[in-house]
Amino acid sequence: MVKKIMTGDIAAAWGARLSRAEVIAAYPITPQTIIVEKLAQFVSDGELKAEYLHVESEHSAMAACIAASQTGARTFTATSSQGLVLMHELLHWASGARTPVVMANVNRALAPPWNVWVEHTDMMSQRDTGWIQFYAESNQEVLDTIIMSYKLCEDKEIQLPAMIGLDAFYLSHTSEIVDIPDQDSVDKFLPQYDPMYPLDIENPLSIGSLSMPHQWYSEFRYKIQEAMERVIPKLNQIEEEFYKEFGRKYTGPLELYNTDDAEVVLIVSGAAAGTVKETVDIFRKKGIKVGLIRLRMFRPFPSEELNKALSKALFVGVIDRSFSFGHEGAIFSELKASLYGVKHSPPIKNFILGIGGRDITTDTISRVYNNCFNCLKNNKIDNPVEWIDIRV
Amino acid sequence: MKRAGIPTEEFIYSGHTACPGCGAMLVARYLLKVLGKNTIMNIPACCFAAIPGTFPDTCLGIPLLYNAFETTAATASGIEAALKIKGKKEKITVVGFAGDGGTADIGIQALSGAIERGHEIMYVCYDNEAYMNTGMQTSSLTPMGATTTTNPVGKHGGGWRIRNKKNMMEIVAAHNIPYAATVNPSYPMDFIKKIEKAKSIKGPSYIHAYSVCPTGWRYQPELGLEIGRLATETGIFPLYEFENGTYTINYKKKTKQVIEYYKLQGRFRHLPEDFVKEVQTVIDKEWQRLQDKEECSHRQKL
Repeated sequence: MVKKIMTGDIAAAWGARLSRAEVIAAYPITPQTIIVEKLAQFVSDGELKAEYLHVESEHSAMAACIAASQTGARTFTATSSQGLVLMHELLHWASGARTPVVMANVNRALAPPWNVWVEHTDMMSQRDTGWIQFYAESNQEVLDTIIMSYKLCEDKEIQLPAMIGLDAFYLSHTSEIVDIPDQDSVDKFLPQYDPMYPLDIENPLSIGSLSMPHQWYSEFRYKIQEAMERVIPKLNQIEEEFYKEFGRKYTGPLELYNTDDAEVVLIVSGAAAGTVKETVDIFRKKGIKVGLIRLRMFRPFPSEELNKALSKALFVGVIDRSFSFGHEGAIFSELKASLYGVKHSPPIKNFILGIGGRDITTDTISRVYNNCFNCLKNNKIDNPVEWIDIRV
Repeated sequence: MKRAGIPTEEFIYSGHTACPGCGAMLVARYLLKVLGKNTIMNIPACCFAAIPGTFPDTCLGIPLLYNAFETTAATASGIEAALKIKGKKEKITVVGFAGDGGTADIGIQALSGAIERGHEIMYVCYDNEAYMNTGMQTSSLTPMGATTTTNPVGKHGGGWRIRNKKNMMEIVAAHNIPYAATVNPSYPMDFIKKIEKAKSIKGPSYIHAYSVCPTGWRYQPELGLEIGRLATETGIFPLYEFENGTYTINYKKKTKQVIEYYKLQGRFRHLPEDFVKEVQTVIDKEWQRLQDKEECSHRQKL
């Protein structure tokens, strides 16, 4: 194990390198570009044995990854924002084809107006594509999650793709100390990809052919959901193995921070969790019982885990760094649906903040916590979906 | 003595759902006869996506991967890259097989990228001159004068396609592709020779295959091969190769008039004589340009 100071982009490239990605199809986009530059350097230096495809778009990047995966290679790509939404059609294709493609996505706002800073709308709007979705808080988590994702996605019981979100600039371009695991240990943890139905001239199959309403289409779709239901238990198991091999503990789809006795719990995903933790510490010092749930995984959505973690909370605030126009924040919608019908479920309010990279400070989060306490005190939520710091 | 001929082995079996007289089926059949067992094929949304059968049935004797409409060349690139890293590329031919819309319209960006990157893939466009699988809508390879369901003849005349086809051979030639050729199943020996050559190329190759469509072009299916011969004899679909910068016309006799080809097909039936003359002018000009290119490129070579 070597400790190095590196940005989230470099950590993502290391994750792919240590996982021995064999086909990398990549297209540059700010602030992801450094990932594919670093991987190109690894390949040029002979440190990573991979076919590197300079594709002409993200759409072709995903198409090439899917096909390479179906031919039996471990594949990697990275993108962001416009690139991810350009891939949209093929994101559905990747999961439909049951390919364990792993992708880093630097979470960035969508244009217009142009904005290259953090927001989660790019990935949230891929909610229904059949991809496993992680949101990282640190560069270490980016690297580790990429390695674990291959193990998870390539499992015969799963066979689904995964995207790992890292916040633009807050992670992609911010340096932190990262432990780089030994290659030997990673090789032990993550064996070679062994595809179930590769393209093979000795066993010629037609893969992906037409299926009529009365034939198998529904069953193919049903099986994707069956696999999704196996993801969280499988992840817990893989994280346990990871802990044994590398000594770093991850806690499944959620990270709980001072939630046990918390009266007000905030839910957040991505790098802003660090700021929320800082704010929790400030409040706790004053004796105010607040807590945080960091949502590491958005798909599959960890409903049961959330319901359990919130069973004692008096009030829940959901921070969404994205928005579904005409409705509300995506995490808020999902959580409300999860809590429906649950006895004694807590009141819940949505806070939209950090849009287009607007800074989230301890002051912002303090106001969010105070806002929740006011609602709790007055037993009333005037504005269930509140945009914070909006100048209108 | 080994007799030159068409390989007898078949890789397309009975039970497919192509229309009677389907040109694409003939193109695929000749193609696979030459490419043989060690071939991986990928196809986008097109007639041929519906032809081999529904899951789990297939009429193909080689591995086939279905891909999204605009991704044929990117998909073939991915297959090739994976075979390379796995050390299996040497003995396997990767062939992308797409229609005219999937090639010249929605798939052209991916095709350009794949040729530019120099993947060792063969790309075959079977050109039936419209979006036939969805019921004959105009593509950029629909010829001058044709009526389609999106170029319907109006109540008061007009409405048919005015512009001529995009020149795909020139587009791939502009990428300095090592090998590109036009083929026509009405000339099977020429067809087979070119696929053999494309198969031997270390790099990308492009085959533009003339592909009759009785359903969309509206003629009796048994006329397919005759119409195919007329396409080449009129100079509408010249047989030629582009190899390392050099053009070679393989069938030099341009002996027939456009009208002889047009009058056999329902899709041209509405055309006034004047317009057919206009088409003749365009075809003559294109034929002359092709001859000039051949002459010029051979002169450059010397």
